Parts: sequence; structure tokens; C-alpha cells
Amino acid sequence: MKRFRGFIIKEFYHIFRDKRSLFILFGMPIAQILLFGFAITNEINNVDIAVLDHSKDATSEEIINKISASSYFSIDQFIEREFDIETVFKQGKIKAVLNIEKDFSKKLIKESKAELLIITDATDPNTANTIYNYVTAILQNYQQSKNRNITTPYQITPQTRMVYNPELKSVFMFVPGVMTIILMLVSAMMTSISITREKELGTMEILLVSPLKPFQVIVGKVVPYIFLSVINAIVIVVLSIFIFKMPVEGSLFLLGLESVLFIITALALGILISTIATTQQTAMMISLMGLMLPVILLSGFIFPIASMPLILQIISNIVPAKWFIIIIKGIMLKGVGLQFIWKETLILLGMTVFFIGLSVKKYKIRLE
Amino acid sequence: MKTIGYIIQKEFKQIFRNKGMLPIIFILPLVQLLILANAATFEIKNIKFAYIDNDHSTTSRELIEKFDASTFFNVLANYSSVKQSNSAMLNGDVDVVLEIPSYFERDLLKKKHNNLGLTINAIDGATAGVESVYVNQIIQSFNKNLRIELMAAPDELAKPINITSIPSFWYNETLNYKTFMVPGILVLLVTMITLFLSGMNIVREKEIGTLEQINVTPIKKSEFIIGKLFPFWVIGMGLLTIGLIIAKLIFDIPIVGSLALMYAYTSIYIFVVLGIGLFISNYTDTQQQAMFIAWFFMVIFILMSGLFTPIESMPQWAQIITEFNPIKYFVEVMRMVMLKGSSFKDILPQFLKTVLYAMVMNALAVWSYKKTN
Repeated sequence: MKRFRGFIIKEFYHIFRDKRSLFILFGMPIAQILLFGFAITNEINNVDIAVLDHSKDATSEEIINKISASSYFSIDQFIEREFDIETVFKQGKIKAVLNIEKDFSKKLIKESKAELLIITDATDPNTANTIYNYVTAILQNYQQSKNRNITTPYQITPQTRMVYNPELKSVFMFVPGVMTIILMLVSAMMTSISITREKELGTMEILLVSPLKPFQVIVGKVVPYIFLSVINAIVIVVLSIFIFKMPVEGSLFLLGLESVLFIITALALGILISTIATTQQTAMMISLMGLMLPVILLSGFIFPIASMPLILQIISNIVPAKWFIIIIKGIMLKGVGLQFIWKETLILLGMTVFFIGLSVKKYKIRLE
Repeated sequence: MKTIGYIIQKEFKQIFRNKGMLPIIFILPLVQLLILANAATFEIKNIKFAYIDNDHSTTSRELIEKFDASTFFNVLANYSSVKQSNSAMLNGDVDVVLEIPSYFERDLLKKKHNNLGLTINAIDGATAGVESVYVNQIIQSFNKNLRIELMAAPDELAKPINITSIPSFWYNETLNYKTFMVPGILVLLVTMITLFLSGMNIVREKEIGTLEQINVTPIKKSEFIIGKLFPFWVIGMGLLTIGLIIAKLIFDIPIVGSLALMYAYTSIYIFVVLGIGLFISNYTDTQQQAMFIAWFFMVIFILMSGLFTPIESMPQWAQIITEFNPIKYFVEVMRMVMLKGSSFKDILPQFLKTVLYAMVMNALAVWSYKKTN
């Protein structure tokens, strides 16, 4: 036991001596969570649009004013010919062109209806669709204010209640995701590298002939990283509560336990990678290339899993990050207790056991 | 010149000799392109929908049928109480719950208007917004039908004005997400592979001690750097080629613009990435440090590139930061040229910035590489 303690202390020394890595290890999560918490949003605002006004009358002017007054759009330029639409799109800055037909006011007065063409640059389908919906909403609003003294009977109005995130802040969506990415990559990458490093430098041989048991070597390698990751998790949660005003509706204690569980899952994955990889380079490439994009894309962090093709929905089940994101959102935003997330917890637990079991099986005590 | 040739030869041999790395360099990125391009969609369908019908009337049933018929909604359950639906929502089983009050039909006929309760899980705010729009669309069309059914002559009413907005989605009429994502993910993979490989390269020689051996040879700094960079440049261009073939053949992405322009831009862009990689390599002592820094910048570059979320929506200060993000320019250029057929003149600003970036980064890389320890 004393030997084991000595080994862990040595590992801590190794980590704390490497000031640069240590700085990144702690500075990075803070920088990232701040940057992303403030900057990433899939809402739109201040989208540059252009206007092609064929009628140039009072109504069209009113509509243009309405649109430029909204925070979603800023009217960047007025164009005169249909031909220019293509030019501005190709330059890339303008995302939509509002095409107002000729004699807009006249038609509206005479026939009570008029048409407005919203041309969007749909290379980004999401933004294009959102722009269309927002412009339509603004137009409807305008229409309603014009039609105020005409009442429509038989009207069913839904009273919408947005639960768990009434202000629709996208931070609530992204903070759990960023936290998961950071914990996953830090834990998995750091352990896999630090174990393969010993292999590559040849010091693993020395450790294996020492009286320490092989599993003690591995546990000794992992313990400091559990410690560091927990500190990271705490920092992230504190930042999200105090800076982003994320609520913690559920139990903070449960959140802590679940985070530790997830950290151990990620570390177990890191150990597994290190049993496969022989060089640091391979270990890093597997943990970076193999984990980064799947964690970002298949975890429900940015893209809703329910919209993916069925086969990917099934694949997403083996991404540990997916389950952890459900757990964090559950505890922090919905305020649920263990009775609602026991399934996710069990899955993470199962994955951890699986990773460890597989590593034990693959772990070679002998060197070639 | 001959020396560079040898260095390049050595690097290529080392890359192809490492059997563990080969699949990671060539297969993994392409598998990811195939899989992940399908995953990246903001399109919202299969909304988990449930309802509470306290009225059990013809009207309420008709309304529910409308939701059943819509392709956006998956009507999963019929709860008898709010308590049940709340618990289902906490559990994550449903995202949208519609509550029809008691005497809904009777009150609607009597008062000529009525309210419905709609509860939406809003953790993902953007999705919640879209879900609410979809629900409203269904209810509005239901309202219209109701009026036609119940009112004898709707023409007697004063005619309200009606502005119809007609969408026209250019370059991607069906709003296909793959068209948008494939060029972007391709950019990412090219960048990640070249950055990670170059970032680890020199530092690996340092760590193993072979750099010292190279330092005592008469090779010049610049020769050494070019010899190190060139193989990765070739790998990057190779990945781009394979990726474009996949984009065309498997995803059927329209390649409207000039291929030559894409290649010309990429050939310069890769130098930016390699320069960053070498710079990191020179400033670190271990591969672990190098990777960590490379990873740090990579995550920031990816999430602030406009690849997944629009740059225009970011706050001003964040937009200024994105100006220093090479991936942003690459994503823009690829999408512009590939999908819209933008010409060299259209991408000139991005092109010039990339050239400048490449020069600065490589100058820094050469300058920071010291032959002495």
C-alpha cells in the first residue's frame, strides 16, 4: 500500500511539474466555457439582408421599416435589379433578399392581398428556413395590426408554456454539451497518452518489473486524472451557475456523483485506448479523431438526435456523452432525482465496467 | 535541394511504415465524413408529442387527428392528467404536450374562441421555437377549416388584408442539410489530420531524442521545415480529393464552382494549418503538451467557424475573434465555390487573408525552430 501511495505521489509530481500542460488543463475549460457560453448560439440575429423594392410605396416602406427594426435583421443594402441577387449571394455576406412586387400598396387596397418573395441563400438550410419563418412572423404581425378592427370568430389560441428554459436561452443547451466534451476529452486523452508515453519511452518496462502489481500501475496512473477532472467539473459548474445563471434545480450532490461516474467512464475509455495504441501519436489520434467529432455530433450537444436517420440514432446509444448530457440536463434544468435518470446512470456504469473488462483482457504484462 | 528530397523521403517512409496510423489518417476521416454528415441536421421531425384530452368531443378528436397526420409529430401517448404528462416530460419521454380543457367544444361554440394549453420542453431553445411554430401552423389551419364549416357565408365579413410570403430557397431548394454539412465536415477532417500530424511531428523527434541527430547534420532550417511540411501537405490534398469524390458520388452534392479554384485555395490553406502545427511543435517539449494545445485550438476553431452555428449571430467581440480562425475562411470558401459557384473575385478577401495567414505562420514556424538546444 505504501508503495502504491508512493507511485501515486510520483504521478502527481509528474503532472504538476509540467506547468504548460497544467495551465492548459485548467485554463482551457474556463476559456472554452466562457467563449462558447457567450458566442455559440443557433438563434439568428443581425442577419444581413438586401431589399429589392419594385413598388417603393408607403406600404412597402412600412414593411421594410418593421423588418429593419427587428433585432433579427439588419438591412445591408438596397438593390435595383433581379440580376443583382445572384451577385450579392455569391459575395456571401447577404443571406436573404426581400423581393417586393410591383404596385404592392395598390394591390393590397384593391384586392386585399399582395405577395412578397423571400429569397434566401439556402446553402445554410437552417438559417434560410429560420429567416423565412421570422420574416413571415413579422409580416403577420403587421397584418394583424392593420386588421385590428376586423375580428375573426372561432379562433383557437394555444397558450404556450416553455418549460425548463422559459427565456429560450441557448446557453442552457450548450453549457452541458461543452462540459461533456471537456470532461470526455481531457480524461480519455490524458490517461491514454500518459500510459502509452511510458510504453514509448520504455519506462513501462521498469514499472512492470517493480513490485507494483500491473493493475496498481494503471490505477495509480488514473487517480491523479480523476482528481484533476473533478476540479475541472467543479470549475465548470460554478462558472455556469454564476456567469450563465444556469439553475441547478436538482441535487448538487447527485450532479457531483454523476460527474464522477462519467469521468471514470471516460478514464476507462482512455485506458482501453492505451492498451490498443503503442505510440503516443496513435493514442492521441484515436482519442482526438475518434472521439472529438462523435462527441460533438452524435451526443445531442448541437444536433437533435431524434432528427437523425434511425441507424445513427442507434449508433448514438454507444456514445457515453449522450447519456451524460441527458443526465446533466435532467439534474440542472429539470430538477429530477435518481428515479428519473437511473437508466442513463446504469448505462454509464455498464459502459465503464465493459471498458475496464476489455482493457484487463487486452492488457499485456509482457513486453514484446 | 537534394537534402530536402531525402528528408521528404524519410518522412513518407515513416508515415507509411506506421501501420497503426495509416487507417487513422486515411480511413477514419472518410468513415466520419460518411457517418457524421448524416448526423448533422437541424431539421426537426419526429417531435415527441403527447396530449391530454379532457373534453372527448368531436372537435378535440379532430384536432388530435391533425397532429397525427402531420409528419412532424409523433403522437406517442394520451395522458389522463397533467401529473402524468409532467412526469413523462421529466423522464424525457415527450417534448410537447397539448392540453385540451374540459368543455372545450361547448365553450368554443358559445364564446367563439377558446384556449388550449401547450407545454414545450424548451431546454433546446431553438428547437422549442420551431416546435411552437409547427403547432401554431396546425392550429391555424384547423381554425380556418372550423370557420368554413361553422360560418354560412364568410364573404359577409369585412375582408382583412392578406400578405402572402413566398419562400424561394436558392442553391438548395429542398433544404438538404447534407449539401450544407458535407463541405464543412470535409474541411474539418482535412484540417484536423494535418494539424495533429504536423503538431506532433517535430516534438516527437525532440522527445525521442532524434532531433538532436538531425540538428548536427548540415541541413538548413528552412530545408528541414519544408521537408517536414511537404508530406503532410500531400496527405491533406489527398484527403480533399477523396472527400470530394465521396461528396459527389455518395452524397450527390452539386459541385457548381471551379475545382481548380478549390484546389488552389486548399493548397494555400493547408500551409496555414501546417504552420500552426509546426509552431506548436517548436514551442512544446512533449507530444502530450503539443496535442493538448492543438486540441485546445481545434475545439475553438471548430465551434467558432460557422460550420455548425452561424457566425452572424455571435456577439460582436466573438465575431472579431473568428477573423483569426482559418477554418472559418476555408468553410466559407468551400461552401461558396462548391455550392454557389463563386468566382475568384468573390472569394478574394478570404483568399488574401489566408495567404497572409500562411506567410505569418510559416515565418513564425521557421523562426521559432532553433537548431540549438
